[in-house]
This record gives sequence, C-alpha cells and structure tokens, in this order.
Amino acid sequence: MRGQSRLIGRRLAQIIPVIVLATFVVFGLLHLVPGDIAFTLAGENATDARIAQIRESYGLDRPFLVQYASWLWNALHFDLSRSYLSNEPVLNQILHRFPTTLLIVCGALSISLTIGIPLGILAATKPESRLDAAVTSLASLGVAVPNFWLAMLLVATFALSLNWFPATGAVAFAKDPAKSILHAALPALALAAGGVAEVARQLRSGLIEILSSQYVRTLHAKGLSPAAILWKHGLKNVSVNLLTVIGLLVNRLLGATVVVEAVFAIPGMGSLIVHAAINKDFPVVQGVVLAMVVVVICMNLLIDILYTILDPRVALK
Amino acid sequence: MAGAEPLLSVSGLGVFFGGGPDEVQATKDIDFAVYPGERVGIVGESGCGKTVTGLALLGLLPPATTRIVGSAMFEGQNLIGLSRDRLRRVRGRKISMIFQEPMSALDPVFTIGQQIGETIRTHFGASKAQARERAIDALASVGIPSPARVHDSYPHQLSGGMRQRAMIAIALVCEPRLLIADEPTTALDVTIQAQIIDLLLDLSTRNGTALLFITHDLGVIAETCTRMLTMYAGQVVEDAMVDDALVRPLHPYTSGLLRSLPRLSERGTVLPSIAGRVPTLRDMPTGCRFAERCAHRQVGCDQAQSIARIDATHRVRCHRHADFVLPGALTEREAAA
Ligand SMILES: Nc1ncnc2c1ncn2[C@@H]1O[C@H](COP(=O)(O)OP(=O)(O)OP(=O)(O)O)[C@@H](O)[C@H]1O
Ligand code: SF4
Ligand SMILES: [Mg+2]
Repeated sequence: MRGQSRLIGRRLAQIIPVIVLATFVVFGLLHLVPGDIAFTLAGENATDARIAQIRESYGLDRPFLVQYASWLWNALHFDLSRSYLSNEPVLNQILHRFPTTLLIVCGALSISLTIGIPLGILAATKPESRLDAAVTSLASLGVAVPNFWLAMLLVATFALSLNWFPATGAVAFAKDPAKSILHAALPALALAAGGVAEVARQLRSGLIEILSSQYVRTLHAKGLSPAAILWKHGLKNVSVNLLTVIGLLVNRLLGATVVVEAVFAIPGMGSLIVHAAINKDFPVVQGVVLAMVVVVICMNLLIDILYTILDPRVALK
Repeated sequence: MAGAEPLLSVSGLGVFFGGGPDEVQATKDIDFAVYPGERVGIVGESGCGKTVTGLALLGLLPPATTRIVGSAMFEGQNLIGLSRDRLRRVRGRKISMIFQEPMSALDPVFTIGQQIGETIRTHFGASKAQARERAIDALASVGIPSPARVHDSYPHQLSGGMRQRAMIAIALVCEPRLLIADEPTTALDVTIQAQIIDLLLDLSTRNGTALLFITHDLGVIAETCTRMLTMYAGQVVEDAMVDDALVRPLHPYTSGLLRSLPRLSERGTVLPSIAGRVPTLRDMPTGCRFAERCAHRQVGCDQAQSIARIDATHRVRCHRHADFVLPGALTEREAAA
C-alpha cells in the first residue's frame, strides 16, 4: 500500500511537466501556421485596422510566450477560455462531447477484450494447431485493415443496406442509453478490429511463453491439472501482459477516434479537434489536447496501480 | 538392499527428440533401480542426459516433440505411457522433482504458501486452514527460521538458499517416496550449497525418502549418496556403490571424473580433466561412445558396448574392464583409514 501511494505521488508529480510540454508544443505548432483567426472572424474585405482591433481584443497581439503563459495560468484554474468561433466555453464543449467518444472507446475496448482474450487463450493452448494458425492469420488481418476502410464497409453493409444501425450521428447516453449504444456500435466495431487482433496476439505469445516456462514445469511436477495450470497460474501471469496491451490500446483508440468520428459524422472529441484545427480555433484545439493528455495520464496511472496489484515484483521497484 | 523390492526399476529407457527424419536420440538403454530410502547419484558431464532422464520418469518432457521407449516400474505401474491422469497422481505425491534454479522454478506471482498449499490441496482434500498449517510445518521442517513469514512471501522476496528450501518443502510436503533432485545446489553459493545438501541428506534419512541426486559434481555424490550411476553421452556407463567406485572405478570415464576431484592432500594443484568433448547427439559413434577420449581404447572398442554385471552391486559398460586397474579418488589405504 505504501508503495502504491508513493507511486501515485510520483505520477502526479509528472503530470504537470507532461501537460506543460504537450500543450506548449501544440501551441507552438498552431502559431507556426500562417494566418490566424482574426482574418476569419473579420470576414472578407475587412480593413487592416479592423483585423488589428480583433487581434487586440483576443490578445493575439501579445508575444507568443505571454499568450501561452496566460492560457496555462487560466487552464490551471479550470478556465479553458472560449471558442473563437462559437464563443462557447471550451470546457463545456469538451464535457459535452467527451462522453460520446468515451462510449466508443470503451465499446471498442470491451469488444477487443471479449473476443481477443478467448481467441488468444485458445490459440496458446494448442500452439501450431490449425486453430492457432487461423487465429494468427486473423490477427494479422485485423492489424492490417485500416479502420477508416472498415468503418466505411460497416456503414455500407449494416447501416445503409441492412438498416440495422444508424449510419451517422450520436445520442447522449444520459438521454437514451439504448439508442446511444446503437449509435456507438458500428464505430466501436470499426475501431475494435485492430484491438481484437492485438489482444489475441499478445495473449497468445505471452501465454505460450508462460506455459513453457520453468515454473510451469514445476507445477506439472507437483501434479496440478493442465486446467488449474492454465486458469490459475497462466491467467494470473499473463494478466500482466494484458495490462500492457490495454494501456497501449486505449491510447491508440483515443487517437483513432478522430478518423472514425469523421466517417460516422459523430460529434465527439475527434471531430471537435479536427474542426477547430481547420478553423484555427486555438482555444478549442488546446483544450482538447489538454483533456486527452489528462485522460491518457490518468489511464496510465490506473494501469500502473493495477501492475502493483497483479505483479508483486513491481511494488518493490 | 539385496532382497528388497526396488522402488523404481528403469529398463531400456530411451528418449528421442524431434520426430520424423530429424529425430535424435538423447538417451539410450538406461537401466537402473532405486530401492526404498536409497540415495542414488547420477553424475556426468553437461548434456549427457541426466535431466532428460529425470524428466522422462515424470512425463515432463514436451509431449509433442518427445518419444520415450522402455519402462520405469514404480509401485507396480509403468510410468512410461501411464495415462496423464494417473501420472498426475504420482507427481508431487509419490515422486517429486526439484530443479536447479529455484527462482525460475517458482511462480513469481503467487506466494510460497499458495504454492505449497495447492500441492497439498491437489493431492489431499484439505481445507485452506489445514493446508496453511501443513504448509507452515513443511517450511519449518526444511529449516526456514520464520516459516509463517516466508509462507506469505513471494519468491523474489527470498534469498536463493531460502527459495531452494521452499522448493524442497513444496516437493516433500506430500511425503513422496522418491525425490528427484536435479542439480539443486548448482545455482547457489558454496556455503548455502553445503547447507542444502545437509538438509536433503537429513530429510531423506528422517523420512525414508529415496533420493535420485543429479549432479555433475562427484564430490556432492560422495557426500550424499550410497550408489552412483555414471552417465556418458546418453548412456549409463557404470553403476556402483559410491564407496566402491571411489576406490575401484571400472570405467575409464568414471576414473577420469574421480581423478579430477580436488583431494585434501593436493589442494592448490591443477586438477587433471578429461581431454576432448562429448560427441553430439547427431553423430554418436556406433562403438563405445567414450572411445574418442579414452586412453585405453583398443581393438573391439569400435563395437557397441553393453553393460556387464561384475557383481551384485557393480555394472560397467566397457569390455576391457578386466584388463586394467584404474585410479579412483582414494587409494585402498586412504579408504581404509
Ligand atoms: N526438449 C528437448 N528437445 C530437444 N533436445 C533436448 C531437449 N531437452 C534436452 N535435449 C538434449 O538432450 C541432451 C541431454 O540433455 P540434458 O539436459 O539431459 O543434459 P544434462 O545431463 O542434464 O546436462 P546439464 O549438466 O547441462 O544439465 C542434450 O543434448 C540436450 O540438448
Ligand atoms: S570400451 Fe574401449 S574405448 Fe570404451 S571405455 Fe572401454 S576401453 Fe575405453
Ligand atoms: Mg541438466
């Protein structure tokens, strides 16, 4: 327990520098893009004076570092300022859209695990069998298929032809859970293909290594049944590998929502940042980046804590 | 021992690996017996098939790539070809095995107590509380000073010596009749080695557990065992009482091993070692497998050697054994003293 609180403390101490670094880099990149929001806001045929005036009112005339520092200072006080375009508070926009994306990511993760884990175990218990070969090639396929392509294929088949699922949009979970899941199903499925493959692959190779290890030989020598060895010792040992996969997977899924939300026209975090970036709506871009960084850091912290629970060797380090 | 029924009687045991046209034979015509409570050493250079023999007895070699011939009679059943279920009832209950590396031989994510407890619960229908009590007793019996604490520790929290003691406790908790110890001290410090050897000796005498002690260290066998099997290139080349073999080895290979033992009188001198290398599994000579390294080789040595019985307790695989008197580790006079 003491090891865990120390770990959490150490992680929290890392959060601030990571957030500063990530947002600073994005801020810098945004400023490298020629032209700014003032042109857009002023509209066509605006005078230079009008543009300068707009710049001033948004604080865009200040030096780069001052702009960044003031953004950061406000962000640390939970004020992410307002969208240049809609004038809506950025925090509200994020809180409004995050659940939609979260539902898709959680859905994709659950599908990846519920299909990937049994496949990985099956393949590992019969290595070199036909089943194993099937799982392995399926996994290679799953990793190779681009998820935008799969997304379009799913829309064409299950939404447009069969009409089983809605083709686009989203419904808030709080408003209508069933409908909201129906909307999230196809996007989650499109994202999950790579996840299923990754989980199955890692679980297979992890379990095969564990099952041929020296300590498993000891377990056989003690007279344990193959079932006890697989379900008790195999699974507990491989859960450490699984945790690593889940961590990487969540990070990747969060990134991949950008593409899939575009295909399904879903108002989530991905489409929010894309739209904001195209229109140089800096506060929104910054806000979404910040939110993503915080989510990823929290996720990794959770995984690190789970490591200490699953693997007694970790707590010591 | 004469007169008593052997506990384990191995005959014609051979292990093949790989299968198909690439199949290689790792051990050939292994014959030996272990009597109840007896301590038998198996000695030989690396790769001669000691571990393979131990694993084959318990069916622990990878089934997909292994073929085993011969028989190993134990309490009226042949361990070779025994069904998986029946074999499981022998493993850990009647015959246990401990290994060289106690760190990698224990599951890192379960406590020592869980790993002893599951052995007890697999073979006896004990409750968790009973299993715990019995596990702590077992840890105490292998000389672990604070058994309750070690019971709740993970393998990485223990020293190498403690881990090997815990392994021994796991192996002996069901009071098996035979313990196969495969180089149980090789990975440990010298002082710890001596302690573990004393412990095994003590437990074997106290409980009447027979011991099959696999090692490449003849000194350990001289200290622990009453009988020794010398293995060379997958075969048993000599089977003798230790006292006998130390003084009058009959096989040139045993003699070579004995002469490379450090002797009290010659501390600090360079030990003679046997020149040359063990033939590989792929190009085993058809004649005597030791011929290439043997100083006594002559006509007839290019014929396959069968193991010959010299007397009730001594067998040797060398047709020239009667032609020479080989030096051992001790002279007759030293042995008498
Ligand atoms: N699973 C296996 N598949 C193929 N060959 C094997 C396998 N296990 C052992 N061998 C081979 O069988 C031979 C005997 O190996 P074994 O491990 O029994 O030697 P050993 O006498 O125990 O040596 P050491 O003192 O190094 O432990 C070696 O040539 C080894 O390479
Ligand atoms: S048979 Fe010949 S070569 Fe082999 S050990 Fe005896 S003397 Fe040496
Ligand atoms: Mg070995």
